[in-house]
Amino acid sequence: MSEQKKASSQPAGVQGVVIAALPVIAVAILFVLSWHLGVRWSGIHPILLPAPGEVAKSAWENRATLMTATWVTGRAALAGFLASTLGGSLIALAFSQSRHIRNAFYPYVIFLQTVPIIAIAPLLINWFGYEFSTVVYITVIISLFPIISNVTVGLVAVEQSRADLFRVYRAGRWKTLLKLRIPAAIPNLLLGMRISSGLAVVGAIIGDFFVGSGSKYNGLGTLMTEWGALQKTADLIGTLGAATLLGVAFFASVNLLAFLLRRRWLP
Amino acid sequence: MLGSCALVESDTADCSEPVSIRLSEVTVAFGGQAALDSVSLSLAPGRITAILGPSGCGKSTLLRVVAGLQAATSGSIGFHTPSTSRPQLPPGELGYVFQDAALLPWRTAWENVLLPLELLGQLAKQPRRELAAQQLRGVGLAEADWQKLSSELSGGMRMRVSIARALTTDPSVLLLDEPFSALDDILRRRLGDLVLQLWRQRARTIVLVTHNIDEAILLSDHLVVMGQGRIATEMDIDLQQQGHADPRRTQQFTDLYAEVAEALREAVR
Repeated sequence: MSEQKKASSQPAGVQGVVIAALPVIAVAILFVLSWHLGVRWSGIHPILLPAPGEVAKSAWENRATLMTATWVTGRAALAGFLASTLGGSLIALAFSQSRHIRNAFYPYVIFLQTVPIIAIAPLLINWFGYEFSTVVYITVIISLFPIISNVTVGLVAVEQSRADLFRVYRAGRWKTLLKLRIPAAIPNLLLGMRISSGLAVVGAIIGDFFVGSGSKYNGLGTLMTEWGALQKTADLIGTLGAATLLGVAFFASVNLLAFLLRRRWLP
Repeated sequence: MLGSCALVESDTADCSEPVSIRLSEVTVAFGGQAALDSVSLSLAPGRITAILGPSGCGKSTLLRVVAGLQAATSGSIGFHTPSTSRPQLPPGELGYVFQDAALLPWRTAWENVLLPLELLGQLAKQPRRELAAQQLRGVGLAEADWQKLSSELSGGMRMRVSIARALTTDPSVLLLDEPFSALDDILRRRLGDLVLQLWRQRARTIVLVTHNIDEAILLSDHLVVMGQGRIATEMDIDLQQQGHADPRRTQQFTDLYAEVAEALREAVR
């Protein structure tokens, strides 16, 4: 028997991406077509559900407003996501150092996950005002947990034989952390980032809902509140589309990072 | 070839001396259950010892005690050279090959072999590279495979890299924990031959844990049969000294096989 490893039969690179994207595009086309035909044949009032063409038209007319709002919300989501990734990784590093630290602090991290943001947002506004930074804090609270939980697992759950290898060479805590635990946790960090990226966009929009009412701040959430109140359904769906694209952009960026690191970290 | 004394600092000045290992009444208990029950064993310098026994008989625990990965509940272990005796070897003087190869998947074959030297802070970059290249050539890994990650290597290649990594510091003692158990017969034979070849070249003290009788007979000159945490029997084997092209075909092998199989049956009874 040869010792050569068999090559994978999966198509790679651009060809693979195109093949993976085709069914997704087909579903999107089918969805828009069904929507259009459904609206046309049912005669539903445009205030309840406008046709996709109408939504596209109003989104084009509002493009400057939508782009500005997407930029504002996108910046808050990005700042919150980066802060969560960095802060969550540092907290996970601290957690990985001792079971006692984990036991003492992990319940509070779960509290962070379960606390209703609707209850805490007004408090944050009281403390920090109707500011961009308040939206970032709300985003961090919503998107931090997946990073902490996934990275902690990656740092702690190292395979026994690999940990033993480092013990054979009497590598200390620092070298083991640097050369074994941190590299081993990178796939978990990427998984946490995937979940956290979507939550960051949701967090920024929720932040907009609260902070936007102070009128100094105009994110996508602010537009949604305003246009919803005015029953501008086509405009509202256009905002929804912009929010979705923002979420997809975040998710795609993290996936691109994972794709670039796949050879070493996600074989 | 760079010897370990060229690599390690002054506290291991006697490192090229042959090392013998002595365990005295070593007991390891997990929750009141003895994995090793008062085991006394002497492993002579420069010999290749096979520890044979069924799963759960304590052979891997024995190896872990020798490696310092498992503390003994009672008893003692000593590493002896003509000039010194100590309870453990200096780091780098002991190489360990794990059952699952234990390669770091984010490192290439080459980088995995460099790891022990990085951990021990030994040598400058260039001599490290030369030494890693030497080890990879020594275990027969083609140069085209050196930059491959473990996920891109076959099981046999991974084990070759693991053996090369264990040899990078030129250890006095090499411990192998069922290194071939996940491989097919042909690869087992190839890698077994590789271990014998390395043993003849370097004359280090080697301990091989296995549950395969063929392997234990063909790859050792000292065989220890274990059962239920105890040593059932020990025997010297001189099949390697006979120089047969295929020792499996000899009457001596057939007789030894029967003797060892009977000892194994007795051990688990």
